Amino acid sequence: MKTYLLPSIKLTLILIVLTAGIYPLAIAGIGKFTPGKGDGETVTYKGRVVGYANIGQKFTKDEYFWGRPSAVDYNAAGSGGSNKGPSNPDYLKQVEGRIDDFMKHNPGVTRSQIPAELVTASGSGLDPDLSPAGAKVQVARVAKVRGLSVDAVNKLVDEQTEGPWLGLFGPAKVNVLKLNVALDGLKK
Amino acid sequence: MNTELTGVIFTYLLTLAIAIPLGRYIAKVFKGEKTWLDFLAPLDRFIFRFSGIDTKREMNWKQHLLALLTINSVWLIYAFVCLMAQGHLPLNPDANPGQSADTAFNTAISFLVNCNLQHYSGESGATYFTQHFVFMFLHFVSAATGIAALVVAFRAMKDKVTDKLGNFWEYFVKSITRVLLPISFVIAVIFAFNGITTSYAGKDTFISMQGDTVHVSRGPVAPLVAIKHLGTNGGGWFGANSAHPIENPNYLTNTVELVAQCIIPIALVFALGFYLNKKKFSYVIFGVMTLGMLMLLIPTMNAELHGNPAIAKMGISQPTGAMEGKEVRFGPANSAYWSIMTTIISTGSVNSMHDSAMPVSGTMMMLGMMINCFYGGCGVGFLNFYIFIIVAVFISGLMVGRTPEFLGRKIEAREMKIASLIALLHPFIILVGLAISSYVAVNVAGADWVVKPSAWLNNPGTHGFSEMLYEYTSSAANNGSGFEGLGDGNIFWNYTTGIVMILGRFLPIIGPLAIAGLLANKKYIPESAGTLKSDTSTFGLMIFAVIVIIAALSFFPSLALGPIAEHFSLK
Repeated sequence: MKTYLLPSIKLTLILIVLTAGIYPLAIAGIGKFTPGKGDGETVTYKGRVVGYANIGQKFTKDEYFWGRPSAVDYNAAGSGGSNKGPSNPDYLKQVEGRIDDFMKHNPGVTRSQIPAELVTASGSGLDPDLSPAGAKVQVARVAKVRGLSVDAVNKLVDEQTEGPWLGLFGPAKVNVLKLNVALDGLKK
Repeated sequence: MNTELTGVIFTYLLTLAIAIPLGRYIAKVFKGEKTWLDFLAPLDRFIFRFSGIDTKREMNWKQHLLALLTINSVWLIYAFVCLMAQGHLPLNPDANPGQSADTAFNTAISFLVNCNLQHYSGESGATYFTQHFVFMFLHFVSAATGIAALVVAFRAMKDKVTDKLGNFWEYFVKSITRVLLPISFVIAVIFAFNGITTSYAGKDTFISMQGDTVHVSRGPVAPLVAIKHLGTNGGGWFGANSAHPIENPNYLTNTVELVAQCIIPIALVFALGFYLNKKKFSYVIFGVMTLGMLMLLIPTMNAELHGNPAIAKMGISQPTGAMEGKEVRFGPANSAYWSIMTTIISTGSVNSMHDSAMPVSGTMMMLGMMINCFYGGCGVGFLNFYIFIIVAVFISGLMVGRTPEFLGRKIEAREMKIASLIALLHPFIILVGLAISSYVAVNVAGADWVVKPSAWLNNPGTHGFSEMLYEYTSSAANNGSGFEGLGDGNIFWNYTTGIVMILGRFLPIIGPLAIAGLLANKKYIPESAGTLKSDTSTFGLMIFAVIVIIAALSFFPSLALGPIAEHFSLK
């Protein structure tokens, strides 16, 4: 073992410098030239930073589109899912409660119109997106509270919908924060 | 066909399109042939000169193992000390404290052995220093350890009778400088331009649209996420791993992360064919592995796309599938694919929460880790497969009444003893751990630990049992994913899984290398009419049968008590 100990220690030292020092510093340098300058891309409204484009935030007011339920209450200093198993009775009761709550705030919506993501927690607790159906089902409520026409709000959702990657791969989605920022912009 | 499915198929095809040429490249690197990255040769020479290593000194299999174990011990001590002391070390903008001794024990082993089970959350339990100088460093070197060990086995499989199997340090360093580091660099640059953060700035604070004050954890994440996948490590920056929107912001980054974790294990299968000039043999192995992968993937996709029957009963529509624990931007189809790839390949990163997956999916993920060689981890996946090859050769030899031979060498009692021990080790450490934890959960329920045993399980009944089964399976397979509802951040789980991880890593490296080394010393018997051909589909099926019997069936009782029982109770 002795024969190998000294080379092991020296090799460890130099590889630490290479893989944990030089490599990430080079990436950080390149990161300065990216859209968010490596700090993360923010969204501003009326000159104020109101959030990060990729990080979901809590919307509970009726005038905004709601995002998904979050197991960490959208606290971005942490992250995580509910880790509830699909057959857990307490969990299923919780989902039932979310459905009731959603129906109360969105009269006229039937259960079959509610897509699953609106009553289930995301994996990260910070999911920034909804499916287009998840936004559309809230249009009537948002339009009514804001005194806007349903058509205008529907159009806004369509504008904010991002199709699959390259038009071919993966799901379509709507970024809830960007949608709500656009919605506030509409009011003026 | 819908875009979610095309996305999955595209990702797999892209993986193969990269893995096959990469396999040829890796074979060239270790054969010492010319490659286009040879301009890095001065870097290699500098590293060797600095470390006082003479790469011309060839080693036998015992010396290889000694070198491997020595340097791994150095890393273990280094990692343990850094994790305990991280609160006092630099690069800690969020002022996170040091880890407790038991957490540091678990974490140090976990990253050393390429498992990356995480009993802490990156946002609060690690600092930028430990993320880079411990975790990311170990991501590189643990993956390179696996690759180097495999190259020793490749070398031993050549038809020359010898005990000189090259130089461990050379294989190890070249794995980093010629394979892992250059590819990670390219991947990290792609990530940087797609919203994964790279700067060393600490937490940010903003006021949300509704007026809430929100703190956002971030950091130099991109370089770590690149090697975390390429090296099949899986230990993420944030608690939510690759479900976190900074660690995996969009479908493109998701595709890159998925491809990155699969390319080296698949490339190494093809590298074997190029290295030994036995391409047909590597096609057979690839075929067996792919067949196994599909048999796990298809039921999982089916279960996830159909959604949770209990939620369907409430009248909710699940147009895309089950959404609990999943992210909208990936969707259930892709999350199902990821969960199978990450479990068969021993990465253990997640883009959805496995604890909330359908019971059928949970069964398939656990089977993937129990078998642990359908593609498998960086280097070690094939070493696990090698054990099954040896067993299959032996059994087929007995069936036809011939001395079993593999690649021109007789398999005798000594090799078979090692192979059997290694094959049985995996179920042994998982099931013993499971038995102890089940006992403790019931009989020592009130023990005064950080999380009381009575509060370990996040879910009642069969699913709670699955949480414990998954934890030990993941530890033994050096996978690192979890049914994360399990309250594992306490002294019991930290120590028991720590021990399981270290046994599950080093014995399955030592065993196959010993067999390969012993075989390389034996007389080479040229192929004759009586030789069992290892590159036929019949032999492939034989290996497959051995895997099913040894690996899958030994776990059937425990799976029946956990996810299978849950499946039948879920209506």
